[in-house]
Amino acid sequence: MKKQTLNKIIIYTLLILGGIVMIFPFFWMFSSAFKTAAETASFPPKWIPSIPQFLNFAKALDYAPFDRYLINSLIVTIANVTLTMISTILAAFAFSRLKWKGRDTVFTLMLALMMVPFEMLVITNFQTIANWGLSDRLLALIIPFTASIFYTFILRNFFMSIPDSLYYSAKIDGASNWQYLWKVMVPIAKPSIITILLLNTIVSWNSFMWPLLVINSRGNRTLPLGLYAFITEAGTHFELLMAASTMIVIPIIILFLIARKSIVNGVARGGLKG
Amino acid sequence: MMKKNILSINPRLRKRIEPYLYLLPFIIGIGIFTLYPITYVFITSFKEGFKYITGAFEGFGLDNYQYVINDANFISALKNTSIYVMVVVPISTGLAILIANLLNKKIKFIGFFQTVYFLPLVTSITAVGLAWKFMFNHNYGVINYFLSLLQIDPINWLLVPKNNIYALIIFGIWNILPFTIILLLSGLQNINEMYYTAAKVDGASNFQIFYKITIPLLAPTIGLVLIINMISTFKVFTELFPLFNGSPGIAYNLYTVVYYIFDQFYIKWKFGRACAAALILFLIIFVLTRLQLYIQRKWQHY
Repeated sequence: MKKQTLNKIIIYTLLILGGIVMIFPFFWMFSSAFKTAAETASFPPKWIPSIPQFLNFAKALDYAPFDRYLINSLIVTIANVTLTMISTILAAFAFSRLKWKGRDTVFTLMLALMMVPFEMLVITNFQTIANWGLSDRLLALIIPFTASIFYTFILRNFFMSIPDSLYYSAKIDGASNWQYLWKVMVPIAKPSIITILLLNTIVSWNSFMWPLLVINSRGNRTLPLGLYAFITEAGTHFELLMAASTMIVIPIIILFLIARKSIVNGVARGGLKG
Repeated sequence: MMKKNILSINPRLRKRIEPYLYLLPFIIGIGIFTLYPITYVFITSFKEGFKYITGAFEGFGLDNYQYVINDANFISALKNTSIYVMVVVPISTGLAILIANLLNKKIKFIGFFQTVYFLPLVTSITAVGLAWKFMFNHNYGVINYFLSLLQIDPINWLLVPKNNIYALIIFGIWNILPFTIILLLSGLQNINEMYYTAAKVDGASNFQIFYKITIPLLAPTIGLVLIINMISTFKVFTELFPLFNGSPGIAYNLYTVVYYIFDQFYIKWKFGRACAAALILFLIIFVLTRLQLYIQRKWQHY
């Protein structure tokens, strides 16, 4: 009995210590967001601000149009997630339920393409977007991300596990493929679809490299890009930088708190791939 | 609806065309933004004297490759990236094995602990990277404060070039831990409970159970995690932006392979060289992916 109690103490101590390390940067970000400029530079560090400076958030908004960045991020994320979801559902259906010539060959080719790093594709995509006259427009952040092999692969695998008998009985009832997909398969696959939506939202919201390449003007920046530009704009105002960082991570942290299980399950199946 | 009207004319034709219509949005997206870029990068990497604006080039050859593999920046990029991968991957995996084991125990507040450990997974690298930059500050950063409590002299993480890679590595480990823990945790949860029950009946100690049962049964997952993390850490790039204000290290001393590609095409406009470097990156990742698939196949029916 005594040994078990000791074990428990060791487990909790280790978990708490590790947890403090993992959470510390967030604590530091939130705490610093409410500090005065002097408090951010004090040594030894000031853990909790004496008087919380709520005005830091307003000041950050004065320096840079974070409200505009927020709207841009919302537009881009919603458009990416919606368009990708549509193409993913349709393609997953074609790769699982429908029969056509070359299906398995095409699917294998798609799987092989998954190993191509996104970083290699950006060189060409950057030129494609420029050639189409979309540089420095929000469309440049949307158009290249309307299809995903990875999500299609996840959903296709789920669709494959839905028994054929459902399909044949729907056919006897006179349902078309289109009706069967939306009225039977999609509702059954709801957990997988939600997971894909969540993963894609996170990836799209945090996306940095691609917006950095194609967006120049202030009015078209998304939040991560706006924050990066803010490093130069805010100069040494660390409390403002932390206030801005807080504004970016809070929505996604709330999403994570609400849907932790779905997100973690999705990540366990292959990670946060774009 | 329009689709229906056209195709309802001939049911047999409709049946043959239908699958391709479902596939269309996906194939257009992948075709233009994945398939075409690969062929383009491949061809451009062999074009000599390629001019982006006019599209003119002098001929095909290995010029770009020759330039890239002899470029001091690329060599240093390969070196830095390799060091980063070789340090970050084993340390994060080791820590993750320990944490995943703790999280797999029957403990209270498991949801709370998971939230705490997995948070860096979902938050923007740019935003948390800025917090880290602040923590690494030479004069008043908390990391140097903690070191001072241990009687260690302050380290100038960000402004002294040789220390830059340590900052990048520490940030990298913290960043990749949640993903690593999740994969190992799901591996642990797939281990049949009966092994543990049997070991306890035989009177094995916790330590013995960990080394004789958990580790061997977790080996396929560990192997997989090592490779997946090698692939993702090999592409280290975004982390440089919040830490060093967009330059690779404070004195251009910390090029990574992806930063090199970015530098060649976006800053120097040398598309041929960028494509050659990208193809070398692809080759490295290709080898690692084959290794990953090999492990997956070998252990699948374990």
